[in-house]
Amino acid sequence: MTLDVTRRELLQIAAAAAAAWKAGPWLVRAPAAFAQTPPGDPATVATLEAFADTLIPGEKRSPDDRAIAGAAPGAGGVQAGALAMMSFPAAGTGPALPGLAAGLNVHATTFAAENAIVLDPSVPPFVSLDFARRTTLLVQILDGTGPDQLAYFALAGIVFLAYHTAGFLHTTDALAAGHPGLVAIGFPLPQADGKWRFPDFSYRQVLAQEHPLTTGLGSPP
Amino acid sequence: MAAVETTDVVVIGTGFGGAIPAYYLSAGGARVVMLERGPRLATADFTQDLRLDTYTRIVDLINGTGMSVVAGNCVGGGSVVYFAASLRAPSFVFERQGTLGRHLWPTSITRGSLDGYYDRVESVLPVAQQSWDEVSYAGGLWAAACARAGHTCNPLPVAVDLQQCTSCNWMLNGCVFGAKRSMLLNYLPAAETCATEIRPLHEVQSIAPATTSGSRYAVTYNQVDPSDYRVVVASGTIEAKLVILAAGAMGTPVILQRSAAALGGMPAAVGRYFSPNGDRVTLGVFDEAKVRDLLGLERAPGVPYEAYAIGRPITTASYDYLDASLPEFSRFSLEQIYFPPIVDILAEDGVDGPPVWFGVDKRTLTTKFASWLTVLAMTEDANEGVFGPPPPTGNFIRASVAAGVGQLSYPTAPETRQGWDAADAAVKAIVEKDGLAQHLLWKGGGNGYSAHPLSTCRMGDDPAISALDAQHELRGHPGIFVTDGSAVPTSLCVNPSLTIAALAERASALLLQRGTELGLTLRARVPPPGRTDAVRRRRCVNPV
Repeated sequence: MTLDVTRRELLQIAAAAAAAWKAGPWLVRAPAAFAQTPPGDPATVATLEAFADTLIPGEKRSPDDRAIAGAAPGAGGVQAGALAMMSFPAAGTGPALPGLAAGLNVHATTFAAENAIVLDPSVPPFVSLDFARRTTLLVQILDGTGPDQLAYFALAGIVFLAYHTAGFLHTTDALAAGHPGLVAIGFPLPQADGKWRFPDFSYRQVLAQEHPLTTGLGSPP
Repeated sequence: MAAVETTDVVVIGTGFGGAIPAYYLSAGGARVVMLERGPRLATADFTQDLRLDTYTRIVDLINGTGMSVVAGNCVGGGSVVYFAASLRAPSFVFERQGTLGRHLWPTSITRGSLDGYYDRVESVLPVAQQSWDEVSYAGGLWAAACARAGHTCNPLPVAVDLQQCTSCNWMLNGCVFGAKRSMLLNYLPAAETCATEIRPLHEVQSIAPATTSGSRYAVTYNQVDPSDYRVVVASGTIEAKLVILAAGAMGTPVILQRSAAALGGMPAAVGRYFSPNGDRVTLGVFDEAKVRDLLGLERAPGVPYEAYAIGRPITTASYDYLDASLPEFSRFSLEQIYFPPIVDILAEDGVDGPPVWFGVDKRTLTTKFASWLTVLAMTEDANEGVFGPPPPTGNFIRASVAAGVGQLSYPTAPETRQGWDAADAAVKAIVEKDGLAQHLLWKGGGNGYSAHPLSTCRMGDDPAISALDAQHELRGHPGIFVTDGSAVPTSLCVNPSLTIAALAERASALLLQRGTELGLTLRARVPPPGRTDAVRRRRCVNPV
């Protein structure tokens, strides 16, 4: 598998994607089918999975899994549904995914050239990097000051929403299905009727002296 | 050509700043139309759900340069999504001079002069004082940690019906139990009883001079699609004698900026002096064994804490640093607060070296989510935020339905940094005493975060540094008033909602006088809203 575009074209795509997020290109509704469907291009999918896996690492789905680096045991961002979250209409990222993936690969190509890394042409450049190098590159992008920092931080936010909130599912459904992120953070379960209530929520003790000048209803002076 | 629609008063926005004057003016006899950008949801419509198309219907994330802001977007505005902590601002706030070395608040507004209005709001919402039995585990832990470090800590007043509240901890989503006292339960229904008309999904774009005699201003709006606020389905104009802007501190200045040419200029302070209320969130990751051994806490056999997500989100705070004798930029409250895991991306991972907020160590840190405790410091900042030119429509560019890029820049001033550093050090000293917890910062993305935008169209006595006079009237534009958080001149060192509401009460009393001067027929005095429909009807000149 190779990316069937030139480096110049990739740069143009990446710049457009970054500018797009900043300039708000989707002032009209995205086509529903496009917004609902994860990107079909294998290179885009693998690149975005590698991005998600670098942020919230997990174990490989199979021994020959290239997108997931296998840097941590158990389910990571990919298994928690990062791609589903990226394609969830309310996330707003769906239409930008091909461009964002292409941009990552441009960054990876540049990074490889600067660091004398030989890329594997059978996978997208970002996927070709090992976990440590993916991490180094994402630190540069996400903690940097480049024009696409906000776009990729927004995409990172979507990955975290997938893992930490199962934001593409109703929370009751996600918990019932044992969503790995919600389980990992220990998100509390609802009551039998599907609603959250906490009858036991307080130590019910006086635990500090109160400020001596507090008003009758509890405000500061 | 169709006749231009007219009314007496257009109120833009339906949060604290809009709902309160809408009630008083309609009860006083004015015809009031409220234009609200967001949708209208009632108690039965709210959800306990983290799915991204649920809470995002009613709350926006606006990313600026240096600062990101969370803001309500629904009928009821911020009052629907807030965490209901209802505190009076400390007295010294009203004396602040900031970095300009000049009195920033109108001299006619002091804590003493505002106390009567605070009383009224506390009675109308109403506000309840939490007892120690009603403090959440997290609030109790914060109190115990403060006490062990030699500090006081208070249970907080909240605008919550404590009998009805189930401590479910879903306040950002609106309250499914009808226990949170948002504007939907008090001022807005009272206003509607007095014939105020609320129009949701109406996003005001600009204000211009009226074209009809008897009206002063024309307000132009877009109607937006309820499933995608980026889609405009219609547009229109309504003319009025008075316009009250209460679109929030992230909305009001943008509407005024866009109106500047048509209205013949704007005060320079419109879209300047933004304050994030000095908001500064940091995180303690508690050692459960030390919670048991050092603090003696155990909520169940063998479980000292593990309760970050349980209970009302804000229950205790320390006022020890709200000391009027301390210099400016070193005073702050320290408040226990819960954030749903939608913000988990922000915390640093607790291990030295990059990556700071993602990767293997971050994933490990989040497995301790139940042992987290976030603390919100509300500090004194330097009002350094500035809005750039307005976007084509709305108040920010929506990249998704509820998030996008705004025009705000917040180049953090040294004085603001000084306040944040002092607050960070205070929290660290409390939570890290004897290894009780590890203190971590929010670092993801590099921006500051605020849920309390203020001051973008502020009041003052000095026209050079304020957009409004002490009566909330926009300088140079008689009949335009701003009554939301934009009008608040400085950060408040506590949650702003009660002060915004008290100022709106005060403004309403003034508006009943000023409205008459501007051609409305109004009663001079209007009692506060009743709690039952029958009482509410008796308070209206023209009940529906």
